[in-house]
Amino acid sequence: MIIAALLPLCLFLFPLWKITLEAPQYPTPLGMYIHINDFSDANPHDIKNINIMNHYVGMKYIPEAIPEFKIFPAGIIITTILGLVVAFLGNYKWFLYWFILMTVLSIAGLYDFYLWEHDYGHDLDPKAIMKFTNPDGSVMGFQPPLFGSKDILNFTAHSYPQLGAFFLALGMALSMVAYVVGKKARKLVLKS
Amino acid sequence: MKNLFKGLATLVASATLIVGCNNTGSQGNGALSSSAAEKVYVAPGEQDEFYAFLSGGYSGNLTVYGLPSGRMFKEIPVFSQFPTSGYGYSEETKPLLNTSFGFVPWDDLHHPDISQTNGELDGRWVFVNGNNTPRIARIDLSTFETAEIIEVPNCAGNHSSSYVTENTEYVVAGTRFAVPVPQRDMPIKDKKGNFKGALTFYKVNPDSGRMNLAFQVLMPGFDYDKAHPGRGDSHGWFFFTTYNTEEASTLMEVNASQNDKDFIAAVNWQKIEEYVANGGGTKMPTQYMHNVYDEETHTATSTTINEVLTIDPTEVAGAIYFLPTPKSPHGCDVDPTGEYIVGSGKLSADVTVHSFTKMMDAIENEKFSADAYGIPVLDFEAINAGSVKSGGLGPLHTEFDAEGNAYTTFFISSEVVKWKLGTWEVIDRKPTYYSVGHLMIPGGNSRKPFGKYVVAMNKITKDRYLPTGPELEHSAQLYDISGDKMELLSDFPTHGEPHYAAGCPAELLAPKSKKIYKLEENKHEYATLSVADTKVVRNGNEVHVYMAMIRSHFTPDNIEGIKVGDKVYFHITNHEQDFDVPHGFAIIGANNSELLIMPGQTKTLTWEPKKPGVWPFYCTDFCSALHQEMQGYVRVSPRDSNIELSWSLGED
Ligand SMILES: [Cu+2]
Repeated sequence: MIIAALLPLCLFLFPLWKITLEAPQYPTPLGMYIHINDFSDANPHDIKNINIMNHYVGMKYIPEAIPEFKIFPAGIIITTILGLVVAFLGNYKWFLYWFILMTVLSIAGLYDFYLWEHDYGHDLDPKAIMKFTNPDGSVMGFQPPLFGSKDILNFTAHSYPQLGAFFLALGMALSMVAYVVGKKARKLVLKS
Repeated sequence: MKNLFKGLATLVASATLIVGCNNTGSQGNGALSSSAAEKVYVAPGEQDEFYAFLSGGYSGNLTVYGLPSGRMFKEIPVFSQFPTSGYGYSEETKPLLNTSFGFVPWDDLHHPDISQTNGELDGRWVFVNGNNTPRIARIDLSTFETAEIIEVPNCAGNHSSSYVTENTEYVVAGTRFAVPVPQRDMPIKDKKGNFKGALTFYKVNPDSGRMNLAFQVLMPGFDYDKAHPGRGDSHGWFFFTTYNTEEASTLMEVNASQNDKDFIAAVNWQKIEEYVANGGGTKMPTQYMHNVYDEETHTATSTTINEVLTIDPTEVAGAIYFLPTPKSPHGCDVDPTGEYIVGSGKLSADVTVHSFTKMMDAIENEKFSADAYGIPVLDFEAINAGSVKSGGLGPLHTEFDAEGNAYTTFFISSEVVKWKLGTWEVIDRKPTYYSVGHLMIPGGNSRKPFGKYVVAMNKITKDRYLPTGPELEHSAQLYDISGDKMELLSDFPTHGEPHYAAGCPAELLAPKSKKIYKLEENKHEYATLSVADTKVVRNGNEVHVYMAMIRSHFTPDNIEGIKVGDKVYFHITNHEQDFDVPHGFAIIGANNSELLIMPGQTKTLTWEPKKPGVWPFYCTDFCSALHQEMQGYVRVSPRDSNIELSWSLGED
């Protein structure tokens, strides 16, 4: 359980998510890593170049910082401390509660990410240089996928979790294992 | 029974091996089964195997080609103004073309040579010579741009130039047209004995590549034609061919061709270096310019130097000898081992080869046949290794492969002849179209030739391509030399008049080729690094516009308050940081050129408006879907108007 509680800290080392934009005139695709406390270029100047591409359709610049960059790290540190406390207390039931807490927080995080993406892809400058409409006449949005790949105009956008997310998931899985093992051990103790 | 099985298994295994060998064998015989077209075909999206840098001769520039495709990738402006990019027109690059004769916007570029380490190409820089107003330039092979140009004082016709020693210790410049040194007013007919042929050695800084004139050997007034460095055992020596040892000054085609033998001058630069280190040499007043381009300030600066260290060749014991070589030798080429010095008597049928070992022996045993102005002439028989009797006419230049073969061009009989070093036997000959000058094998002037192709660069084109009026580009032919016999693969036009060329494997340069200039490293005096810093500043009748450009607008794009008679400097910084997104800048009535500005770079164009009005400027490079909208206006008011300077973007 200690390991489970510590693994989410890897989010400070490795990115959580990555969005990649492919197009024929970008033999090296443009890419952006999302960390819990930062956006970063996959290759030098990628974010700047994504901004330049996106300004044609009126998308906002990718901000230097968002409130989440403060909230997420705090959340991770608090839940890690909670996990460690739970681990030392050794009550297996709490392992499950920690797992549930982490699941709820992760879903909340993903939902937040989705909201940001939606806003980023739909809240377009009314003076946008190029305006596109869907077949039904509504204004076309340019929201990158939450998970998976999607064609947006001349780009193919990919959105996939990165190493940090895997460590988070592994930590959560381990807490579940700790819970199951703890439960079995408890049963054995009761039986004997 | 067990043994039987084992035996069978072995049989099956060896059968597979044999079949396997056969398969690879038939692939290896590609030379026989594949066509020439396949060998030069580089499929769309694929890249070439070699870079080739072809001199542009009277274009003054250097062209970059790919081999085997023969496609041209870039023309690098060096000694000539180049309106395409603004080279030699922009305020930043004008100093590169400064000389002691003033601004000289043209030259005749002949002999590219790639820098070497331990005798192998290291791909850091390529050095080229300007023949007419003697200069040497260094081109940086990460930016493929001219980084430095230094003048050669006391020289005229800088032709035996710009070859490097095997660790790029020095780059040399030799004089083709002997002149009075120092220059003075005197009768031409008094040339003999009174003119000099300076051989100049520039020390190359191993880190920055910067050149510094180390010393200049004032040789007798012959014509020093071509040169090559020693390598391996002959490292430390430099060899220069001479013609007109008659020292004729008129009707040279006859009068300079009377001596049966001219010389190859062997110069031990290590001995001279030592002599200089011990205080030798004489300082002579002179004047020459040294122009250096700084990649961070994106600006070149010129410095005038007023002194040169001259060396009297008779004063340095054991440093300089003459090797007699028949019939006005032109090419002077040293084989990859450094043992053979090949002199091509351009008026003869034979190629003369001297042996370095024999030369050293002749020096030690003083086998001299004469002396010329106090310089010992070695005995021809004592140093001669052999000669190639090919039956061709007019040998000019020789390059080498890694298998001990040499390839010599014959101008008059229009062919490339392949022969064996040591046995001097002719192995193959192939025609060229027509009248070949230089040839180039990638790495063919180093210890390690790559020897897969030879490019023959011709002087006459005639009917090779669709006619384009009286003036034609020159033709080049590419041969496959991987087999015993040469195979003609393709024929392609070249730009200007290529003389020598240099080639290297693509992987030596491609990975380090710069994609952009980093904006945060831009230290240009007038750079506008942030849009907030754009401004227009008046200083008397000088107006400085600090302008930024990015897809797809200029900041500012409206300027008012300019007056007739002003000198307007547009200092424009490209804010892009993406590969291959240059922007251009052109303004109506500019008396110079456009600017083509790379991402992260700052360039300056000067504009002197002559008429009141509202005058547009625009981006010349189709940079984006909104490229056509990348434009702006300058309002020019009469000389005496009092409209204040103002500038804006996006204000109605
Ligand atoms: Cu543009």
